[in-house]
Amino acid sequence: MQLFKKTTHIDFMGQRKYTLIFSTILILLSLTSLALRGLNFGIDFTGGTIVEIGYPQPVDLSEVRTHLGDIGFQRAIVQHFGTTRDVLVRLPPHEDLDKAALSTRIIQELEVLAGTQLDLRRVEFVGPQVGKELTEQGGLAMLVALGAILVYVALRFEYRFALGSVAALIHDVVITLGVFSAFAIEFDLTVLAAILAVIGYSLNDTIVVFDRIRENFRKIRKGMAIDIINSSLNQTIARTLITSLTTLLVLITLFLIGGQLIHSFSTALIVGVLIGTYSSIYIASATVLALGVSKADLMAPPKEGAEFDGRP
Amino acid sequence: MVNRYPFWKNLFIVGNLLIVGFFAIPNIYGEDPAIQILASRGSVVDRKLEDELLSALQAAEIIPKHIQRGTDRLLVRFPDTEAQLRAQDIARDALGSDYVVALNLAPAAPEWLTDLGALPMYLGLDLRGGVHFLMEVDVDAAVRQAEERYVKDLKKRFQKERLRYRTVKRIDTQGIEVSFNDSALRDRVYDLIRKEFQDFTVEERDVNGEFQLILALSELATRELEQFALQQNITTLRNRVNELGVAEPLIQQQGENRIVVQLPGVQDTARAKDILGATATLEFRAVHEGDAELARTSGRVPLGTRLYPMREGGNILLKRQVIITGEHITNAASGIDQESGSPDVSITLDGKGGSDMDAHTKGNIGKRMAVVFIENKVETLKIKGENVRKRRTIAEVINAAVIQGRFGNRFHITGLDGTEEARNLALLLRAGALAAPIEIVEERTVGPSLGKENIAMGFQSVVIGFCLVLAFMVFYYRIFGIVADIALAMNLVMIIGILSMLQATLTLPGIAGIVLTTGMAVDANVLIFERIREEVRNGNTPQASIHAGYEKAFSTIADANITTLIAAVVLFGFGTGPIKGFAITLSIGIVTSMFTAILGTRAIVNLIYGGRRVARLHV
Repeated sequence: MQLFKKTTHIDFMGQRKYTLIFSTILILLSLTSLALRGLNFGIDFTGGTIVEIGYPQPVDLSEVRTHLGDIGFQRAIVQHFGTTRDVLVRLPPHEDLDKAALSTRIIQELEVLAGTQLDLRRVEFVGPQVGKELTEQGGLAMLVALGAILVYVALRFEYRFALGSVAALIHDVVITLGVFSAFAIEFDLTVLAAILAVIGYSLNDTIVVFDRIRENFRKIRKGMAIDIINSSLNQTIARTLITSLTTLLVLITLFLIGGQLIHSFSTALIVGVLIGTYSSIYIASATVLALGVSKADLMAPPKEGAEFDGRP
Repeated sequence: MVNRYPFWKNLFIVGNLLIVGFFAIPNIYGEDPAIQILASRGSVVDRKLEDELLSALQAAEIIPKHIQRGTDRLLVRFPDTEAQLRAQDIARDALGSDYVVALNLAPAAPEWLTDLGALPMYLGLDLRGGVHFLMEVDVDAAVRQAEERYVKDLKKRFQKERLRYRTVKRIDTQGIEVSFNDSALRDRVYDLIRKEFQDFTVEERDVNGEFQLILALSELATRELEQFALQQNITTLRNRVNELGVAEPLIQQQGENRIVVQLPGVQDTARAKDILGATATLEFRAVHEGDAELARTSGRVPLGTRLYPMREGGNILLKRQVIITGEHITNAASGIDQESGSPDVSITLDGKGGSDMDAHTKGNIGKRMAVVFIENKVETLKIKGENVRKRRTIAEVINAAVIQGRFGNRFHITGLDGTEEARNLALLLRAGALAAPIEIVEERTVGPSLGKENIAMGFQSVVIGFCLVLAFMVFYYRIFGIVADIALAMNLVMIIGILSMLQATLTLPGIAGIVLTTGMAVDANVLIFERIREEVRNGNTPQASIHAGYEKAFSTIADANITTLIAAVVLFGFGTGPIKGFAITLSIGIVTSMFTAILGTRAIVNLIYGGRRVARLHV
């Protein structure tokens, strides 16, 4: 089977005005949401305590809430997690209490309330200081990844391509963050990992297109830059879509059956892959075009690429 | 274009697969719930112990699957977790406190495999259940304590030299202030400090008629103190964790002032926190050479003495009066005695400790002195379903040595059995000294039920995601799709094999990483196959198309994968715990997928199409 019987001739770059507007709107919306609502940071970043408890039968949350309120945990957020037999108690960072003992106390109290032994499924406690460090490290990781990629692409291609790919990456990251902000999906460490994976994935896509653009620039003697980029995009479109499709297949599987714990993680990747596919077609190439790439820029020494010859 | 691989290349591919595949095998067998019995405090693991345990288990109608006896441990496997948990209780009751009984998961792979070093993947805490603590050591407090000690030392020293100081005190922030009435005196002290207290940098200061010296611990000394405080805490934690009965604990320094403690399989976190948070002290006491056994059996001890258990077994009578306590120990290190050449432990005391020791040793040469290790613990016990917190103090004699001569703040303990014992004693001496306060700053506990669920869900998503991609590839690329599927299967085996070989920790995000690479691994094949289609469309012969397809796609694949690898490596560098797990599987997946998707598929394609006339490609 083939997605396209022949090589397509879609005028991708002709649409760049519209996609630019579309992307700008998305980015503005994302930034607005990030500025106004911020991210729904998990305790990895804010510090605090999470206790997940399994009950033998479905449990009424309001009862749990009242009880926790009575014993001084007014600020506890109580919700179901996955099933109605699972209860998640979330506490903001405490200043005065013995932090590590907090979780023990909650379980004991809830066991008294339920009158039976409960299944302690998970405790997460992150001190405010650790949370702050994780946030800093996370931000730094993102910057280092972007920087390292910028350098690699600049070395392998040319600085315009590096800028193009990084523009696409920032586009993807901002919009993915925007989605997390707009829908108040919890942003924890795994989501941060997912976003770094999105950076890797989106770049993967972009590089494939860039590779073809470079190849075509060297091969096709005549023709405007815009035409060459267009035909490069057309030549790679089948691959771009199919790889995204297979990746999305597994991601949706993860989302549906991977469990509650990696829900946010798979959401980030699904959003990221969708946006990344779009950006590698429209944003990265359009940036390269806007920066005025030309044939002469890519006439690298003939040795280039030869290093890989003779491989399979 | 003949599209044939030379024999060596096929051999290389098959060889790689076989080797890595071999290491993946243990994963098929899974793991047995087991209990591990470790000898502690001089007890032995022998045939007798094995029989004892077996009869206890038989009495409770538990039949172990397999028992394995090592030099210092017994590993008993059970058919299910229920039997394992019951057996743990029985073993604890039957064997007493001389043995540590820990829950464990033992690889169920046949012995010849494990002997060759092939072990199943190492599961992270989120998959097997357990506790992760990040503890922060208050190193500033350690420095403050050190300064307090120095203040005492300095005062003593000045008194001894008859140097009339006005005040010696700690400065609130950091440092020590010494003030005098005249500057000549100050100059003498300045010289003294430069000569004898080299850990300090000294500055002179005149404040309304007072002549002062400001002492600050040098950076090197501060760092040593901090490092010492950290090591001390690690040692203490290690001793305590041993008591918890954890099969494979991890206790490690992280950063400058933190300690990671990971206790796989521990379910009772309240108890773990209690034990880790216990405090320990040391006391030096004179030995009363009475008959300790008689005292124990009769229950009557000589006047002014107390009966103490020895760590190695047996009992000893000690005088009630304490010579010095552990807080006066500033350092303890194991080494080799210069004179006898046998292992020893050298101990440094602070000023007060030194003078007390001097006073005692002066009149007690030839008599024995004992070191008592005292631990204060708060335990949470379940009594009739209620949690009761109980304080418990355990005191044991860790060493009793003959005083060879009069000594002060530096002395050696010799006559130890070996370097191992010397090292342990030094550790205990340090652990018992007043350690810097420690606080839990991060905790991640995963209960066993959630761990099991995570494994099940992770496994399911790998299988389903994998099958979906397989189906899609066959549907879309037909014969080439089958080839890609074979490569994908090889890739999965390789990822598992390499993870098992490295014994890298597999976490839930790590499984997600495997799923993700499954989706992304086909990318290389998609690139190649699309390229082949293109070549066919351009009117090239099938053989030339295959050749060109692989050739042209290669640099693209390399570029694309290297950039993803960069992201994965950065992730690895910055991530902790579960995130690292994701970075590992992602990185391994990228590398193996390049091997299987390029070399692997090419070898198969060559076998199918190579060296013959091909009219049409099923791509």
